[in-house]
Amino acid sequence: MCLAIPARIVTLLDDQWVETEVGGIRSRVSIALIDPVNLGDYVIVHAGFAITRLDVEAAEKSLALFDEIAAHLKGPVDALRPRIP
Amino acid sequence: MRYVRGFRDGPAAAGLAALLAAEVDPQRQYHLMEFCGGHTHAIARYGVEDLLPPNIRLIHGPGCPVCVLAVPRLDAAIELAQRPDVTLVSYGDMLRVPASRRRSLLKARALGADVRMIYSAYEALQIAAANPDRRVVFFAIGFETTTPATAHIILEAHRLALANFSVYCNHVVTPAAILSILDSPEVREWGQVRVDGFIGPSHVSAVIGSRPYEYFAEEYQRPVVIAGFEPLDVLQAIRMLVRQLNEGRSCVENQFTRGVTSGGNAKAQGLVAEVFELRSSFEWRGLGELPYSGLRIKSAYGEFDAERRFGIEVRPVSENAACQCPGIIRGVKRPTDCALFGTACTPRNPIGSCMVSGEGACAAHFKYRRGALPTVA
Repeated sequence: MCLAIPARIVTLLDDQWVETEVGGIRSRVSIALIDPVNLGDYVIVHAGFAITRLDVEAAEKSLALFDEIAAHLKGPVDALRPRIP
Repeated sequence: MRYVRGFRDGPAAAGLAALLAAEVDPQRQYHLMEFCGGHTHAIARYGVEDLLPPNIRLIHGPGCPVCVLAVPRLDAAIELAQRPDVTLVSYGDMLRVPASRRRSLLKARALGADVRMIYSAYEALQIAAANPDRRVVFFAIGFETTTPATAHIILEAHRLALANFSVYCNHVVTPAAILSILDSPEVREWGQVRVDGFIGPSHVSAVIGSRPYEYFAEEYQRPVVIAGFEPLDVLQAIRMLVRQLNEGRSCVENQFTRGVTSGGNAKAQGLVAEVFELRSSFEWRGLGELPYSGLRIKSAYGEFDAERRFGIEVRPVSENAACQCPGIIRGVKRPTDCALFGTACTPRNPIGSCMVSGEGACAAHFKYRRGALPTVA
């Protein structure tokens, strides 16, 4: 229910609506709940509404930390095996 | 997809697991509750528990909105849907939840009621605008992630003067539920449930911020780490909790820095405050009546309140005594403690609400963990 995914804004439609893209899928998303956004921003989308902007700098920082952990501690390659891919 | 897949990296998970194994104190037990069903789902799906040292136990919390909806309120929604002039719309999971006498909104639809599934709250408005001869009721459920969208469409309905639209509001608030777990006799007196720290919700916190959790951390001496919904997020949050517990600290920390700030989304909070107010008490499935835990529509927007418009009555019902959902929602029981789990109760034919949504502890266990845990005979 509270699931939401990060999506990139590819078109600004008007002051209430944008078009977003995730993995090639485009959707119309409401930006009525958040402060003004720019083209290329990432937003976290829940049930058709952007609920916040994704802080790309913070995301990259987290990913860099995980990369470092992966590089330094060589464990089994596939520690996460989703039961359903 | 970088900001999804990047947080599901297998080698990094192995590395985090190794770091965690080195950091835990083998002399102590760590009982951590993930409040949110989104975490329950991710933990089951990616087998996060298999990566944890044996002295870390995860307890599933009540953060699954369809699971905590009180059956009498669902019964009332079904009765509303059965009125010939009403079109009832709601989110997909809600339609499958069993009400009393094994009814559900989907079964009501099969019997002729006009029940429609929506993905976004905005569709409820569109359906109302396109069907002026129908009385369209949005059966609104959910935590703080979902509430701002409901507030927005009520304001839109007001602006458009959509007289045939109303909302049956069942929105609930997260901090009240956490408080009820910490105050429950199982935790405080009986010691049945031990919760040493909380993995805090990601998207609820994107809206409300990290500040509301500071009270529990201080007052109840339980650390809270707000975590993203991907497996690396969960692993890192567990590491942060273990570190706090080892150092004897209990503060609010934020692992989900890419989505959560301390103040949260002020615009969304403003919309919610404009439209909703706290009820003095609200019934939750499994947790009972909790003070100041649910929202209702303010009288300024009372014309859009289905409870006023239709005079909805909520009557107590007796639930299936064999179903362990109430205990599972409180973290007292595990899905496999229930005799119905995987036998009479399956995702295709759920008896309890925890088996319906992917966020429900039973549905997550059934889908991903059936072979991993001992089952009852």
